[in-house]
Order: sequence, then C-alpha cells, then structure tokens
Amino acid sequence: MAEFKEISPDAPIAVKAMNWIDNRFPASKLYKEHMSEYYAPKNFNFWYIFGSLAMLVLVIQIVTGIFLTMNYKPDAALAFGSVEYIMRDVPWGWLIRYMHSTGASAFFVVVYLHMFRGLLYGSYRKPRELVWIFGCAIFLCLMAEAFMGYLLPWGQMSYWGAQVIVNLFAAIPFIGPDLALLIRGDYVVGDATLNRFFAFHVIAVPLVLLGLVAAHIIALHEVGSNNPDGVEIKGPNAPKDAAGHPVDGIPFHPYYTVHDIFGVSMFLMIFSAIIFFAPEFGGYFLEYNNFIPADPLKTPAHIAPVWYFTPYYSMLRAITGEMAGALGIIAIVAAVLAARKLSGIFKPAVLVIAIGAALLLGLLPSIANWIGLIAPSAGTGIAHGLDALAKPLAGVPFLGELWGMMIKGIDAKFWGVVVMGGAVIILFFLPWLDHSPVKSIRYRPDWHKYMYGIFVVNFLVLGYLGVQPPSAIGERVSQLGTLFYFGFFLLMPWWSQMGTFKPVPDRVVFHAH
Amino acid sequence: MTQASEASVNGVPPGASVDKDKRNWLVTTCVVGGAGVAATAVPFVSTFQPSEKAKAAGAAVEVDISGVKPGEKITVEWRGKPVWIVKRTPAQLAELPKIDPLLADPKSERKPDELTPEYARNENRSIKPETLVVVGICSHLGCSPSDKFQPGAQPSLPDDWAGGFLCPCHGSTFDMAGRVYKNKPAPDNLEVPPHMYLSDTRLLIGEDKKA
Repeated sequence: MAEFKEISPDAPIAVKAMNWIDNRFPASKLYKEHMSEYYAPKNFNFWYIFGSLAMLVLVIQIVTGIFLTMNYKPDAALAFGSVEYIMRDVPWGWLIRYMHSTGASAFFVVVYLHMFRGLLYGSYRKPRELVWIFGCAIFLCLMAEAFMGYLLPWGQMSYWGAQVIVNLFAAIPFIGPDLALLIRGDYVVGDATLNRFFAFHVIAVPLVLLGLVAAHIIALHEVGSNNPDGVEIKGPNAPKDAAGHPVDGIPFHPYYTVHDIFGVSMFLMIFSAIIFFAPEFGGYFLEYNNFIPADPLKTPAHIAPVWYFTPYYSMLRAITGEMAGALGIIAIVAAVLAARKLSGIFKPAVLVIAIGAALLLGLLPSIANWIGLIAPSAGTGIAHGLDALAKPLAGVPFLGELWGMMIKGIDAKFWGVVVMGGAVIILFFLPWLDHSPVKSIRYRPDWHKYMYGIFVVNFLVLGYLGVQPPSAIGERVSQLGTLFYFGFFLLMPWWSQMGTFKPVPDRVVFHAH
Repeated sequence: MTQASEASVNGVPPGASVDKDKRNWLVTTCVVGGAGVAATAVPFVSTFQPSEKAKAAGAAVEVDISGVKPGEKITVEWRGKPVWIVKRTPAQLAELPKIDPLLADPKSERKPDELTPEYARNENRSIKPETLVVVGICSHLGCSPSDKFQPGAQPSLPDDWAGGFLCPCHGSTFDMAGRVYKNKPAPDNLEVPPHMYLSDTRLLIGEDKKA
C-alpha cells in the first residue's frame, strides 16, 4: 500500500478531493501510467490509428447491443419479427440496428488492418509476444461474437450458416456428433440453439472479450509500443531525458489522444456514410437472403458467410479428398527433410508421425484415385483392396474405426475444419515463426515486401472466392491459396532470415511536420 | 531459488522450517475442493443437452403420397429435418445403374445401419422402385440440396449430368437415388429414414416394421 499523503488544509477543494481519492484508489497513478506519462514513440504513422478505432467500435457495439436487447426476442417464433419490429416500429430503432450490423463489419476492417500493422512492423516480436497473443485471442472472441450474433435475426442465412458451422464440429472423429448435439441443444438448429447463442453473444463472450482487451492494453503499456522503425525507445541504450523519459517518446495524452481524434473523425465520416447510404453494403454486410425468415426445410440457392469469414471459408472448401491426400504427401516430404537434421530416436519418430498423419489424411484412397485417372481398372482394384483391408475390423468399436481411418483416411471435411481452425491458430505462433534479424519491414530485404504483398493479395483472393458459388477453377485457386497461406507461416523460420537486411538506425526516423 | 528466499516468498520467516503436515493438509484440501468445483460444472454443461421436449418431438409422421406424380417431389418435416418423397420416372430409374462408376458408394455399403435400412439397400435405395424417401440434408455440413432433375449441362454441374440433386453450399452432387458422386465434399449418400407403407398411398416416416 502506498503511503497515506496529507496535504495542506488550505489546498483548493478539487485538489483535496483528488487527494482523498488517491489515498484510497490509485486514480492519478493509473491516469499517469496509461495516459499522461505513457510515452509512445513519436514516429507513429497512419497504421497506428486502428488500435484506438477498434476500442471505439467496441464501445459502439456494446452500447448499440444493449439497446437492441431491449426490443429483441431470442425465440425462434419471434426473433425475425422482433428484428423487423426494431427496424420499422421502434423510434430510431433502424439506426441502432444498422449501427450494430455495420459496426460488426467495421470491427473486422479495423482489426484486420490493426493485425496487418503488427505484421508489417514486427510488433509481435520479443518482448511483445503476450500483447500479440492476447490480440489473437481477442480476434477469436470477435469471430465467435460475429458468428453467434449472425444467428440472432433468424433469417435464412443466419439459420443455414449456423447449421453448416455447427455441423463442422460433427466432423471431429469419435466425439463429433455428440459435440454438435451439445452445441445445438437439439437435433437441428432450433429454438434452443438461438436462445443459447443469444446468451453467449450478449454476455458470456463480451465478458471474456473485455477482460482480454484489458490484458492486451496492460501488457502493451508494460512493454511499451513498437513503432514503424522497430527501434526500442525505452531500451537500456535508448536516449532518455533528465526525468528518465525516452527522448523519442511523447506522452499519450495529450499528443496521441488529440492525434486520434482526427482519425476517429475520419472513421466516423465513412462509418456514418455507410450507415445512412448503404447499410447492407450491396449484400456484403447484411446478406439479402437474411431478409427471408429461417426455413429449416429449404437451403437458399447460394449460401456464403459474411465477407470477413470468407478467406477461412475458402480454405475450408479447398480441402477435398484429393487435396487432403496431397497434404499427406507434403507431410511426408516435410518429415523426410526434417529427419535429415535430426538424430537418434527423433528421426524415426518424425517419419512415423508424418506417415500416420498422411494415412489419416486419406493418402491411400487418394493414391487409388490418382492411379485411377491413368488406369481406371487399376484404380478401382486398389480401392476394392482397401475396402477388403478395412473390412475385418469393421465392427470392432474404436479399434475398428481407427483402423478404418488409417486405411481410408478421416473425412476430408474434418481436415477442412482443421485447416480453417489452423489458419487462425497459426497466428498465435507468429512471434516464434519470424526469425528475421530486424523487426520492421522497413529494414528487411525488398523481396520480403513482395512476399507480404502476395500474402495480402492471396488473402483477398481467398476472401473473394469464399463469397462465390463453388466452381472447379475456384477450387484449384483456393487450394493454391491455402498452400501459400500456410507456407507463408510455416516456412517463415527459413525465409524470414534470408536476404540482405538494411542497417537499423539507433533512433527512430522522425521528420517534424 | 534458494531455500531461504523461497520460504520468505511464502511468508515463512527466513530460517524457519516448513510444517510438512500442515502443507499436506493444505494440498489435500485444495484437491478435494477443486474436485467439488469441477463437479459443479456437470449440471451446467448438462443443460446444453437436448431437452426432454426436444427429444419427444421425434415422433413418426404419416404422409399421403397419392397426389405425387412421376417426376415430382414433396417435402415433409420429420424431427425438424426435410424428408423428400420423389416419384421417379422410368427414364430416371433406367439411368441409375449407368452412373454407378461415378459414385462414391453406389451399393450403399458405407455406414449401412445409419444411412440405409436393409429394405433400401438396392440400386434404387427404396422399397418401391419409383418412390424414393430420403432425408434432404447433405452429409457434408447439413445444407439441404436443391433439385436438379433436368438432365444436361447447366451451371455448377457437369455437361453429362444425369439429373439429381446439387448442394448449394459446397457443390456436392447426388443422383436420383440420393447417392453421392465421387470426389465431392460430402462423404456419404443421403440418409434413407426408417419408413414403411401403411397402404399403397400412405407412408409412415420415422418407423418401420422392425420397430
């Protein structure tokens, strides 16, 4: 506990009141640590606005969300009608609802840009690993919020989107079907599902989200912000003034608070323009099929998730039986390459694990298929051979299933789920995948910039394909895109060290304006 | 960390010895308490299971199929899922054996207990050749496929399309007997629900003679 501070009885009343509080709650201390004496690098650029904007959108979502719950009914028979009631009959209800629905898309725009900033300037590198990990956890929570929130209007897209995503869990071997049942609370998506998604969307996940946001900021303020040069302004050798403050830093308040007000104004102009003139955003923010009430007997002709999920959805669709078999071969090749550098027990262990994984990925039926393309009779022959091989143990519980999985592979849809989940989870490991000697893209070899450029284009292409109906050419492109996405991360320990790096300056590059 | 500093961290004065007996009891209490807390999760997680009401909603439904003409389909709801009843034309039936090589499981051998009752394990996957009864839920991710009965080239389908169903979600295709084509996301044929004929024109879905 801090020392109890006495001040002069002649002090102004406001000072005395503040002193009374500070002796009981660290208000001034918190304000200093996080605002007036939180020194942030003076060379922040455009990319550094998105953290503040994400906070702003979070507040918008919470406030509009609270007001929406006052008129919304989480009941399968009433939900669709209650949303239309908000839109038509509740005074200004349409505005609150459009702010919330547009806010969801805005949240993802802002967060994707915020994450890309981290990628550009190496903001996840030591000592900011936990800042990044909390951030990735926030991203996961946001995805959960968006997914469960989208069910609530109980339109056709709400219903069938949830049906598809919940059924993804059913693909997990052994426990899948029971798990899907536990999530839905019924044999199909229904009233029970809607009601529990409502509870998760309005209270359970937001509580976790707020806790993670607090952890994200506490961790950030502990280690200090990174900057576009990736130079530590608070490091042991960084220049400091007489008071011990970094000379390359400026207090967050008033400098960055005022700076952020400009960014907030720009953001709100765009945000308002969308809310008032294009709240559905051409069917991308609110899909047209969601203006039709949920019908459990009829799937809309074309279903696609909302735009922010489509890159991952594309990766899910890319995993066909053929692609899973190809991944199996890649796993074996990778293991053979890795085994050359290992010794002792690790060498065979890596190979055995890779072959096991390849078999579960359906290597054998894929080989049968590929042979079948050249010699159809040989292909069917092998397929029949595999069936015969799986047969003897077919009825045996667990062991029989496991044997069947080794011979015939686990359903491609399970691997689709693994790939989709892995695409998000892999982000958590970024701090340990990047082995580049410098943090910022500014001092990396030029071809690293092209690499990042291709990564962005690839992500956008995957996103575009995820909106489109399935097609043969789209499937091939999304398979290549998926390989690039994972290659970018999994091969990063190698490629991020290659090339000629530029010298990093001792101090941040800053031109006064 | 040395013994002395560890002791002082735990609030024990430096140099004092650790009371082993007290520590054992503390550990035991924590373990028993933790088990109690974990057990409390059981009722909470259990509320996620389908309610008694949801379980009771699975009763069989009776359908009059006298109005269904050849080439037509009707949809009825059973356990919240769409069940299709399709009267196939002789031409459609004649196509079925021809496309066997293109199918993943033409003889309905996969998961027969779940997907195909014994009386439907034939080329037509039905009791009466012309009348197909299947649950209209794709075995991939639970979308309901759309009717594509018209043969021939059309968007999202091969040029030699023989007629059947197309799942709009991920492009899986099924033939007129609900059998899935090869190399599609859907792993299995459409499920044939337990069903039986009460008379020539009345069908009971959800129960069969075995039950």
